[in-house]
Amino acid sequence: MIDLIKQYWLPFLWGSPDHISGLAMTLWLTVISCAIGFVFSLPLSVARAAGPGWIRRIIWLFTFVFRGTPLYVQLLIIYSGIYGLDFVRNTPGLGSFFKVALNCTILAFTLNTCAYMTELLTGALRATPRGELEAAHSLGLAGLNLYRRIVLPSALRRALPAFSNEVILMLHATSLASVATVPDLLKVARDAYADYYLPFPAFGIAALLYACLSVTFISLFRKAEQKWLKHLSTT
Amino acid sequence: MSGYLQQLLVGTVVTIELAAVSLLIAFSIGLIGAVARLSSSRWLTIPAAFYTTLIRAVPDLVLMLLLYYSVQNLVNLLTDALGQPQIEIDPFLAGVSVLGFIYGAYFTETLRGAVKAVPRGQLEAATAFGLSPWQVFWRILFPQMMRFALPGISNNWQVILKATALVSIIGLHEVIYAAQGAIKGSSWPGGAHVLFYLLMVALLYLVLTILSNFLFAYLEKRYAAGFERVAR
Repeated sequence: MIDLIKQYWLPFLWGSPDHISGLAMTLWLTVISCAIGFVFSLPLSVARAAGPGWIRRIIWLFTFVFRGTPLYVQLLIIYSGIYGLDFVRNTPGLGSFFKVALNCTILAFTLNTCAYMTELLTGALRATPRGELEAAHSLGLAGLNLYRRIVLPSALRRALPAFSNEVILMLHATSLASVATVPDLLKVARDAYADYYLPFPAFGIAALLYACLSVTFISLFRKAEQKWLKHLSTT
Repeated sequence: MSGYLQQLLVGTVVTIELAAVSLLIAFSIGLIGAVARLSSSRWLTIPAAFYTTLIRAVPDLVLMLLLYYSVQNLVNLLTDALGQPQIEIDPFLAGVSVLGFIYGAYFTETLRGAVKAVPRGQLEAATAFGLSPWQVFWRILFPQMMRFALPGISNNWQVILKATALVSIIGLHEVIYAAQGAIKGSSWPGGAHVLFYLLMVALLYLVLTILSNFLFAYLEKRYAAGFERVAR
């Protein structure tokens, strides 16, 4: 067990000159997927809450499909299903994109988290108090300005606890990247297990690191909630 | 191809069984855990809080591999020490116990909230009528708790249903395993068979999601019987 820790603490935590560490890869996957997913969820949720009927239905279908199927299946579809098609392989731009496992995992994670974020942001948008809208209208705000200054900031604050939840779920979901050979925390743990056949220390260390990451994210979000949801606190 | 599609359906049945049995185990653990978390004894509240916090902080896939390989390792050490032939843990058994154990932690939290939502006076009145603690639980607390718990149960069920996909990684012959077998065994022009079978799996999961949505809508209506008129 000491040998396992001696040999694998670098890949777990620090990395080597030509590889980033499992921890860094897990963090990167979480941050990049959540960031891109969030950016796309903003227009999608506005359109889903206030757009014309056919747009609403298309966005509903997108969120329904991505929330109704396992992320593992979505990852397999993108990683082996799409790349398995000959025409994708032979099209220069597509082939080189889908060939890289990291691109496929980030694409799958982004689409998945975007669906969940769109849905929770839509809920927050629909819960906008009428009074806020009326007050904004009476001040002459309309269109993009109304959304940029009143509706979205208000909805984003209300959605913050749900966002915190989704980011933690995404952090946990990134462990699937190891199935697609992306060198994240769990992949390092699996390599360590394959080397030493000591499952408890190998996966135990990974579990501990994931738990530490979860606790860090939760406390960061709690700080954010204290800052932005101060006006809602009852105490 | 129809043979492979049949295998996919067989795999889907295994997926449903896996999810249903896991749900049952997780729900039972959750009931015990919720009662433990709400008890007045520290010997119960602290381990229960430790269990739910730790399990919910670690990804299910990591826990699954940790528990599966560690237990298999222990079994191997045990059989070696006794000089017996090695025993392979049955993947279905492993899958339901691991999923049940993990989602038991989520159910503990769900059911804790639901138990707390039942007015204390109800339980006190039942005790005053001379009902035994078990009768209070089964006749008074449980039926009223279910109304508050159902949205959470429905949520956890959807999560468990999707988590069953991971059990193929530890070798259970469920729907994804069947699809991978079909993919290995066929070769279509253009390489479309990979995408086709994986999309079929996604479709089967979507159908299961839609069916369970209907089921839970029905259950929620049933357990809310007698409350709608009061609310309006």
